[in-house]
Amino acid sequence: MSFILLVEQVLNGLQFGIMLFLMAAGLTLIFGVMGLINLAHGSLYMIGAFAAAAVAGYTGSFVLALAAALAAAAIVGAVVELVVIRRLYDKDHLDQVLATFALILVFSEGTRWLFGSFPLFLDIPDYLSGPVTLPGGIQYPLYRLFLIVVGLLIAIGLGALITKTRIGIQIRAGENDREMIAALGIDISRLYTLVFALGAGLAGIAGALVGAIQSVQVGMGEPVLILAFVVIVIGGIGSMKGALIGAILVGLTDTLGGIFLPELLKLVTDPATATSIGSSLASMAIYILMGAILIWRPTGLFGARS
Amino acid sequence: MIGERYLNAAILAIFFVVPAWAYWANEPFTITLMTRAAIFALAAVGLNIALGLGGLVSLGHAVFFGIGGYAMGVLAFHAQTFTPLMEWPFVIEGTKSMPVIWLTAIVLSALAALVIGHLSLRTSGVYFIMITLAFGQMFFFFSISWSAYGGEDGLSIYVRNGFPGLNTLQPIQFYGLCLSILCVVLWFTHRLARSPFGLALNAARQVPQRVETVGLDPTRLKLVAFVISGAITGLAGALFADLNRFVSPTMFSWQMSGEIMVFIIIGGVARLFGPVAGALVFVALEHFLGGLSEYWLVYLGALLLVIVLFGRGGVIGIVSGREKAHG
Repeated sequence: MSFILLVEQVLNGLQFGIMLFLMAAGLTLIFGVMGLINLAHGSLYMIGAFAAAAVAGYTGSFVLALAAALAAAAIVGAVVELVVIRRLYDKDHLDQVLATFALILVFSEGTRWLFGSFPLFLDIPDYLSGPVTLPGGIQYPLYRLFLIVVGLLIAIGLGALITKTRIGIQIRAGENDREMIAALGIDISRLYTLVFALGAGLAGIAGALVGAIQSVQVGMGEPVLILAFVVIVIGGIGSMKGALIGAILVGLTDTLGGIFLPELLKLVTDPATATSIGSSLASMAIYILMGAILIWRPTGLFGARS
Repeated sequence: MIGERYLNAAILAIFFVVPAWAYWANEPFTITLMTRAAIFALAAVGLNIALGLGGLVSLGHAVFFGIGGYAMGVLAFHAQTFTPLMEWPFVIEGTKSMPVIWLTAIVLSALAALVIGHLSLRTSGVYFIMITLAFGQMFFFFSISWSAYGGEDGLSIYVRNGFPGLNTLQPIQFYGLCLSILCVVLWFTHRLARSPFGLALNAARQVPQRVETVGLDPTRLKLVAFVISGAITGLAGALFADLNRFVSPTMFSWQMSGEIMVFIIIGGVARLFGPVAGALVFVALEHFLGGLSEYWLVYLGALLLVIVLFGRGGVIGIVSGREKAHG
């Protein structure tokens, strides 16, 4: 158990967490502004990844692929909002869950129809592949470092958008009192479409970025979606800061747990048992973290006290 | 419009007439399909206690379905390999006896429901949905990494477990067993909804403050409902595993949770026979649409959207002309 391994794993956890943040930010924004629980957010992640893989395969350009992922997910998001989602705002959570579950079925099977069941591959471009040497002589994949930097930049941009711009003020006002801002002459339904498309675009970008280090396949979105739910539960619904801290906490717990829990158990039991129990425990670690935080703070770390 | 009472009788009649015909016409596959429908109905009747009566939108009921499945899988696996399940502090042998397996499934899923319910009921609304979904995923990943019992590949059981006095290898006899359990549980649910507990639970769903004022604890009522609900879904899981003679982590997957909820919605929320009608329609769609197209889930998704957006009250609500289950 060396220092280098620790640094590597912390960076991996950070990278995983930042990508979870992109998902969780959209979900928490959509819930905060429209009060909607969107299970189909994972489908938008998948759409982003497929759009990127298709465009990269056609043009060979990674930048174009990312742009396509953003555009495809945002456009699909806007259309879905106009056709289905806006009918759900004044329905109860059960209806929202079911309608968005139905959307998952449609999107997953539709994508399987279009692209087939085999995973696609999105290659890391040459200028981002290979290792990079960090201070202290640690070798780390350049692409993962790129993910951390890009994710952090998006997080900062999102923060600026929400706190500094006019549209951000409208979004925050919409979270607090939707009747009031409608009364002030802001087109609330256009704002909703915009927020949904923004969340969808973030999910699409995340899907494309992660798609380059994993395979692009149907059903890739839902495990990430559920982890993003865990992030939101930990961070508190509607809180952007909570989403960021929750995401990094979940990313680090998952990555470090998988490596260090078996090692820790080896101190008390034989290696074979330690590996099997340790990996089982590690797969449950983030949910145990979630349970612990729920006992301590039922509305999450930064959630509103009710 | 047909009265809901007659419609319920008609739905139940399907469960008697179709398998009887299939037995007479020597169509064992139809009997298997009906067994599948009866077991799905049982799982959904279980969820409906939490969802319909208690208003708890649990997206993690696959946990209990899976626990029931693995209770059967693990016990039967040890019986078929002649290895004890546990040697210390006392010896527990595997078993091929259905009543013992069912009891284990019920007790274990009730315990899991107690823990999950206790944690999840600290919150409500959309948090509750996300947390139950997350616990479902936790069990899913645990079962994948649990290599002693097949991990990702699951466990195959070679011979269906036995029930005293019956030959469960005959499809019609196993079906009779599943249908009997479904009928008993339906009767129990009917009684439960009209019992003092059921009425209090109904009130706790609608106005928790008033329930509190008369000296009852709404959270506790909901927790009890969640435990009963989980136990019934667990029993359904044990039967489902026995039907397939196979358990795998798929039983724990979030899709499974979603599907159990879909049965209720197709049929109608909070109606006694809603989940039964829904499971029947689902199995029929799965069979007929699945035969037409590999991508039949697209159609299911579209149908579900239409039901949620335009047809409140599900199939029973549409046919009986009464949208609301509660008067």
